[in-house]
Amino acid sequence: MKSKSLVSIEQCTKEDILRILDNARKFEENPNRKLLEGKVAATLFFEPSTRTRLSFETAVNRLGGRVIGFQDASTTSSSKGETLKDTILMVSNYVDLIIMRHYLEGAARYASEVTNIPIINAGDGANQHPSQTMLDLYSIRKTQGKLEDLTITMVGDLKYGRTVHSLIVGMSHFNPTFHFVAPDELKMPDEQKNFCDQHGIKYYEHSDFTEDIINQSDILYMTRVQRERFTDLEEYERVKNVYILKNSMLEGSRDNLRILHPLPRVNEIAYDVDDNPKAYYIQQARNGLFARQAIICEVLGIEI
Amino acid sequence: MSMIENNKELQVAAIENGTVIDHIPPHQLFKVAALLELDKMKNNTITIANNLPSNKFGSKGMIKISDKFFDDTEINRIALVAPNVILNVIRNYEVVEKKQVSLPDEIVGLVKCNNPKCITNNEPMQTRFEVVDREAGTLKCHYCERKVKKDDIVIE
Ligand SMILES: [Zn+2]
Repeated sequence: MKSKSLVSIEQCTKEDILRILDNARKFEENPNRKLLEGKVAATLFFEPSTRTRLSFETAVNRLGGRVIGFQDASTTSSSKGETLKDTILMVSNYVDLIIMRHYLEGAARYASEVTNIPIINAGDGANQHPSQTMLDLYSIRKTQGKLEDLTITMVGDLKYGRTVHSLIVGMSHFNPTFHFVAPDELKMPDEQKNFCDQHGIKYYEHSDFTEDIINQSDILYMTRVQRERFTDLEEYERVKNVYILKNSMLEGSRDNLRILHPLPRVNEIAYDVDDNPKAYYIQQARNGLFARQAIICEVLGIEI
Repeated sequence: MSMIENNKELQVAAIENGTVIDHIPPHQLFKVAALLELDKMKNNTITIANNLPSNKFGSKGMIKISDKFFDDTEINRIALVAPNVILNVIRNYEVVEKKQVSLPDEIVGLVKCNNPKCITNNEPMQTRFEVVDREAGTLKCHYCERKVKKDDIVIE
């Protein structure tokens, strides 16, 4: 990687991605490796996210490192008006690595510019969340045996969903074909479609979520359709049940199809899908641990 | 001095040495003035004219600043809002050079990010924008990655 911080998936080359995924596989084989012995990592969660924080803290612990930090900015000096810069510089005195989540967009990039300590972005507002993308890529590679030439169907909120935007960037090195399935109000933005055009990536847009599309797919990437995203609540009422995946819709699907979801889900995947062996969203979350272990070693320049 | 001479003086306001910025789109004139930080110049005579007839564009604005010569980084800022302006460098009442402006690759400071949730609007720091589309004048915030179109550019 160009920088030793991981702020955005866009900074990763194809080789970077493949190296991190290879290392993640080693951690899946054996997650307990004392590679961070004597090192301290800070988890600075200016915005709470229990799921992401536990995953990162487990990653540090299984690597033999120690963790300091906070999980709610209201109890820290930033609520007293301290600048982000000062908080980052203060913590930089103590630790070898900073893992941070912030409600402001661009916070992680700015932090990476003010300190020499590596920063891992664990989410900056609606902007970037590269460890989520890395675990999605890991899950896709693991279930399909490859990343090249796959057909990926993204369903739900494609307008605001940062995970799908980042996944397009992450997959762009591997000749994917995308199907974008979304209600009109939540369609994939032009920026992402232009990105696909510039990179010669095939994509098809649909407003109906049909078995015909599912049956062509290797990966079904479901996302949450949130009520608060709609300006027209009648439109929400009309579409909210259209983008729900039910087990009966999977009957004609490919054997290798796997269903992913960044979690938490609300109702966009019916519970009868959970027992289908093609449901992969729970294991997907578990892969986050291995992907994060690999990312931590990457930014610290630790060979595995 | 007669009334006629007085009017003439007002219209011409020729400068001995300095810079005349011509062909400014009238609706961008005050943005150009802000970008050049004219309000901070205390020792220069500044003449601002707007809605002057123009053969090329119908109407135009013009700014004359005496005893001021801009370097390229200073002047290229205005390419943001007025890409077709012509810069006349005046020495001893003569136009000695005509320059066109061109957008730099990166703009540090000056432009405000339009995203209220951007770190740059919540921290004492300089903004940074990449010029992603020279033709359309589109910028991209280096921090929050939000794009700003030319007409939506707000000067800090
Ligand atoms: Zn911004």
